[in-house]
Amino acid sequence: MNDQTTSLDPRTAAATSSMTMIQALRSAMDIMLGRDDVVIYGQDVGYFGGVFRCTEGLQNKYGKSRVFDAPISECGIVGTAVGMGAYGLRPVVEIQFADYVYPAYDQIVSEMARLRYRSAGEFISPLTLRMPCGGGIYGGQTHSQSPEATFTQVCGLRTVMPSNPYDAKGLLIASIECDDPVIFLEPKRLYNGPFDGHHDRPVTPWAKHPQSSVPDGYYRVPLDKAAITRPGNEVTVLTYGTTVYVAQVAAEESGVDAEVIDLRSLWPLDLDTIVASVQKTGRCVVVHEATRTCGFGAELIALVQEHCFHHLEAPIERVTGWDTPYPHAQEWAYFPGPSRVGAALKKVMEV
Amino acid sequence: MSMNEYAPLRLHVPEPTGRPGCRTDFSYLHLSDAGQVRKPALDVEAADTADLCTGLIRVLDGQGQALGPWAEDIDPQLLRQGMRAMLKTRIFDSRMVTAQRQKKMSFYMQSLGEEAIGSAQALALNRSDMCFPTYRQQSILMARDVSLVEMICQLLSNERDPLKGRQLPIMYSVREAGFFTISGNLATQFVQAVGWAMASAIKGDTKIASAWIGDGATAESDFHNALTFAHVYRAPVILNVVNNQWAISTFQAIAGGEASTFAGRGVGCGIASLRVDGNDFLAVYAASRWAAERARRGLGPSLIEWVTYRAGPHSTSDDPSKYRPADDWSHFPLGDPIARLKQHLIAIGHWSDDEHAAVSAELEAEVLAAQKQAEQYGTLANGHIPSAASMFEDVYKDMPDHLRRQRQQLGV
Repeated sequence: MNDQTTSLDPRTAAATSSMTMIQALRSAMDIMLGRDDVVIYGQDVGYFGGVFRCTEGLQNKYGKSRVFDAPISECGIVGTAVGMGAYGLRPVVEIQFADYVYPAYDQIVSEMARLRYRSAGEFISPLTLRMPCGGGIYGGQTHSQSPEATFTQVCGLRTVMPSNPYDAKGLLIASIECDDPVIFLEPKRLYNGPFDGHHDRPVTPWAKHPQSSVPDGYYRVPLDKAAITRPGNEVTVLTYGTTVYVAQVAAEESGVDAEVIDLRSLWPLDLDTIVASVQKTGRCVVVHEATRTCGFGAELIALVQEHCFHHLEAPIERVTGWDTPYPHAQEWAYFPGPSRVGAALKKVMEV
Repeated sequence: MSMNEYAPLRLHVPEPTGRPGCRTDFSYLHLSDAGQVRKPALDVEAADTADLCTGLIRVLDGQGQALGPWAEDIDPQLLRQGMRAMLKTRIFDSRMVTAQRQKKMSFYMQSLGEEAIGSAQALALNRSDMCFPTYRQQSILMARDVSLVEMICQLLSNERDPLKGRQLPIMYSVREAGFFTISGNLATQFVQAVGWAMASAIKGDTKIASAWIGDGATAESDFHNALTFAHVYRAPVILNVVNNQWAISTFQAIAGGEASTFAGRGVGCGIASLRVDGNDFLAVYAASRWAAERARRGLGPSLIEWVTYRAGPHSTSDDPSKYRPADDWSHFPLGDPIARLKQHLIAIGHWSDDEHAAVSAELEAEVLAAQKQAEQYGTLANGHIPSAASMFEDVYKDMPDHLRRQRQQLGV
């Protein structure tokens, strides 16, 4: 498993290191700070290096005017970044938790996403908004949310979510270089190792995973390309972030030969890879950690039925977080783990 | 203790002193005389501007004389330029309101009575400084001599609209004239201006930003965030609050102006702040120069509350006689900015009634000619509008597949 179908193979690059996702993200920012137009700020990201340590050492290396702490004001962080982007900088700002992004929503939806459109290209927002998302760390209802659908719904935004260190670095570099605004969601449960949903088993460090082999230098992972992380013939699983690993282990455990597609870029979407796979397998399961109703899975299902209806042999299933706030003590009842995904795989095979 | 000691609590909802049929008592404005308010050093501490937030900086007295420490030695040529910009703004506004009534455009917003603020500040800044305006600072574009034809094409949403028909009339974007794209969502630009100014400081440039907001929108969080960020990073920005007393039908007291001034907000945030007569061209120019100089010398942000009056309706969709006295402006104690500068220019021998009439006629003709030319390129009414296909452009830098498919679905 985990054969990356990307054109950029880490093993062909000159020097690689084993990195966690945190180290890979830091490496991306370190390289991009080599450009004089990149600036990084957010709550606790300066001297301390961020609550998840993603920017550790960068202020020391690049100086306080390039990497600095921001007031606790997501609206202010994104609003000032829009102004900096209009000036000609490429701000990379950190929202400490995706759960905290809502005070910035007007600046994101009405300003950042539409600046190019409303000014007919006079002003652009080449911004990257990094934010840790998802649960599995006992974060409760304010440190666990997956708000991707609130961004994929907004025209003008790109929404990206990596699932491994290699993609995290390459996608972050591509996001910073992109002239469109990018919402860069980082599944925090994957920061230090892959996680297949078996929370009662020992944690696997990234060092034991092939996608932790990351080139030390510059490379990009394209923003509009999905990755097939487990080739298969019986059912296509569309997923992203933490649940990529859940889907993979569910396929192994259920004995269903599932093709697992890690979308990586949620929007704009690599529809071609999805359609080719579903036309091959004839079955589809959508898995995400976010709440179900009007979740991104709903859009995926609409697109699959629109483009693959005559190839489908079973109704499309979705496995998601429940339509409740993300609970604290009942985290594992909420999380769409391998048994629920495995059950969905078997269900679509029974039709 | 008996419960009866306490009268029932009552919610306080501020009211203006005037309503239709009841003349406004403008004593709530707390005016100072011309020349009365001191001028502090450029490097003044924010706390030492507290008295400047309750007083009112004025230069012109009732006879058109320039008085006091804010009266600068301004080149009469610049004042004439300012007069021209104000007249052009007023004539343009009047003409466009008529065009809207003729259904040539869907909507318009005039700046009647507020022309001095944008005109004078634009002349106090460099063209490379960026203004982040609201929808009532068209005087900045006039002071910077932006093409009237292009402006009217935007208003008409026609085939030559530089914004391709995407924006409501008046939501201009003119980057080369230092005029940021107008949002329409209130207050968002205020904090963006601070970010733009921070970027100039990060890059080690000398450009400054000018942020604009109305009294009503200061209640938005963006305003308060802007003040915090501007103070924290000592951003080279002028934070302009145009207190024109009215936010559509809502009196400025509902935005929080009853027991404090909007200038006072700045002091609490560590920002040197001024309260200035916004209808006094000389005061606007002097205060803008002071704030611009502070910003450019790395002394940080300044907040200026401009006291003025929204003489016209909020927009062409509004009827202010429903909520305030119809003749309110004629009683507003700070008068008409054009009449006041005219009086001063005549007093110093650099203007006359004849010249006023001649320049007005010349500008009328210029606006009319621009309108005629712009209308040749179409109006929203006659259907000569940007193509439907262009609707799908500029959502992203490169058009993604899903938009290409949707464009095909529309058949354009």
